[in-house]
Amino acid sequence: MANERRARRALLWLGLALVVLFLLSFSLGRYGVPPRQVVKILCARFWELFAGKGTLERTWAPEMETVVINIRLPRIVMACLVGCALSGAGTAFQGVFHNPMASPDILGASSGAAFGAALAILLGASTRMITLSAFGFGLLTVGLVMLVAHRAPGARLINLILAGIMLSSLFNAGTSYIKLVADPSNQLPQITYWLMGSLSGTRLADVPLAFFPMVLGLVPLFLLRWQLNLLSLGEQEARALGVDTHLVRLVLLLSATLVTAASVSVSGMIGWVGLVVPHLCRKLLGSDHRYLMPGSFLCGAAFLLLVDNVSRNLLAVEIPIGILTALVGAPFFLYLITRKEEKSCV
Amino acid sequence: MRLTIENLSFRYGGREVLHEISFTAEEGELLAILGPNGVGKTTLFKCVMGLERPCGGRILADGTDLSALSPRARAHRVALIPQVHPLSFRYSVFDMVLMGTSHSLSPLALPGERERAAARNALERLGISSLADRPFDRLSGGEQQLVFVARALAQQAKVLLMDEPTASLDYGNRLQVLGAARDLARDGYTVLLSTHDPQHALWFADRALALHQGRILAYGAPREVVTADLLQQLYGRRIALIDTEQGPVVVPQEGD
Repeated sequence: MANERRARRALLWLGLALVVLFLLSFSLGRYGVPPRQVVKILCARFWELFAGKGTLERTWAPEMETVVINIRLPRIVMACLVGCALSGAGTAFQGVFHNPMASPDILGASSGAAFGAALAILLGASTRMITLSAFGFGLLTVGLVMLVAHRAPGARLINLILAGIMLSSLFNAGTSYIKLVADPSNQLPQITYWLMGSLSGTRLADVPLAFFPMVLGLVPLFLLRWQLNLLSLGEQEARALGVDTHLVRLVLLLSATLVTAASVSVSGMIGWVGLVVPHLCRKLLGSDHRYLMPGSFLCGAAFLLLVDNVSRNLLAVEIPIGILTALVGAPFFLYLITRKEEKSCV
Repeated sequence: MRLTIENLSFRYGGREVLHEISFTAEEGELLAILGPNGVGKTTLFKCVMGLERPCGGRILADGTDLSALSPRARAHRVALIPQVHPLSFRYSVFDMVLMGTSHSLSPLALPGERERAAARNALERLGISSLADRPFDRLSGGEQQLVFVARALAQQAKVLLMDEPTASLDYGNRLQVLGAARDLARDGYTVLLSTHDPQHALWFADRALALHQGRILAYGAPREVVTADLLQQLYGRRIALIDTEQGPVVVPQEGD
């Protein structure tokens, strides 16, 4: 079919763009590294993983390697992971709720994670503990939302959304209270900065912490993408077509929550990615989740990487990425929804 | 496939929507279900699809109790053709039809060549192959309804439930969709079709069933079921039936 061929080609281009952007990102920064050296350093590192250390001659300065491997690599990988996770989760939520306005924080994962992080900062916990606390509270919130929705009579999807709104505002109130009682000289700025969302200070050791829960969530999202098409038709129609809607929806919501909580806990609140990227991908690839889901993964990774590059290079002082995604995301979203529709199947 | 409903009852809140309904739809027959709004036609279909749980009675497809089946196994036997309704996302006609084949796949699988062939055959059978690449939401109501029929065919279930398929269609599209339903019955499908228009039952159905206040008021050949008395009872209006060479015609009486 013509639509599928076009979607496949677009996916290929997206993947290519991501690879180019990924490699270019290493060269960007106050300490310049030429792209050729970047490729050499990365290849050498990769090669050494298999062949052992010192098997390759080094033709670059040691500082260059430190910058590329220890400073930029973790941050670039993390930007890709978080972007991929947030937009994948956004696509899943939009499909499950068959509503293009849904975003990853719809079930309160972000609000819960923010509360968890603020609480950990208030108690003077280490960076690692802040991440874990954010992750735990993110999952806990969504668990509570699902429990409430399960017990309430009436339409399950509406109950989920209402319970999500209510518990979000409950945890937001908690976060506000923590800000009120936090020490204004060091804790309050730390909380505020965390809430803005940032990838600065990402270390190599942080990457696995985010990587495993994200993969655990992204794999089911990818595998269940055809079922997502059916779910997006609505509960009754999906069931009539043979989908075990309760089970499939539960797996999708849990997976999307897992990746959302994991990304919020390592990067803070980065809004808009989960809403804007799925919309952009729908314009590029169509609504068929067979292509939309992998497209969202790639496009989300590229989008956040691009914005993070701007965030660390635009001004002498780094701009928190959460501010930039909103600054870029909102106008871009307005452009997308006001753009005239084309007469094609995308 | 023969669909048997035995003593089916359904309550919603305290209100009894269906009261011990029993009837059988035979293989190769189009059964029209008549009745005013809120009489339980949609509820009946939902019970058959497993979307609602009846509080009593059984639903059998060739002797198999449907309530014991998983959604996938049920979708293998019974297909629902819903009313035309707006969708949140845009899918191509081909993808819409392809979704009908999902019950034959594992939940983690994507449709392959076998499923595509089933979708293509379904489109061809209804003569709408040319629509395959068009966006579903850009079609006319009649075309959308035919796509839903095609999806049910791709599903390869032998019992088709059509819930007021003509409700939002213009006159020409109604006749086309009803004609397609009758042709499918001729080809061996068991078609249950709910409708607001008694004339449809007279024109297209093999048998008719009239539901009133949760009970079956009449059940049999359309000409025996659709009578002036019955229509008076169902709709509270004086309606006459005039015999013509092409069969009886329903005519509302003026002055009431």
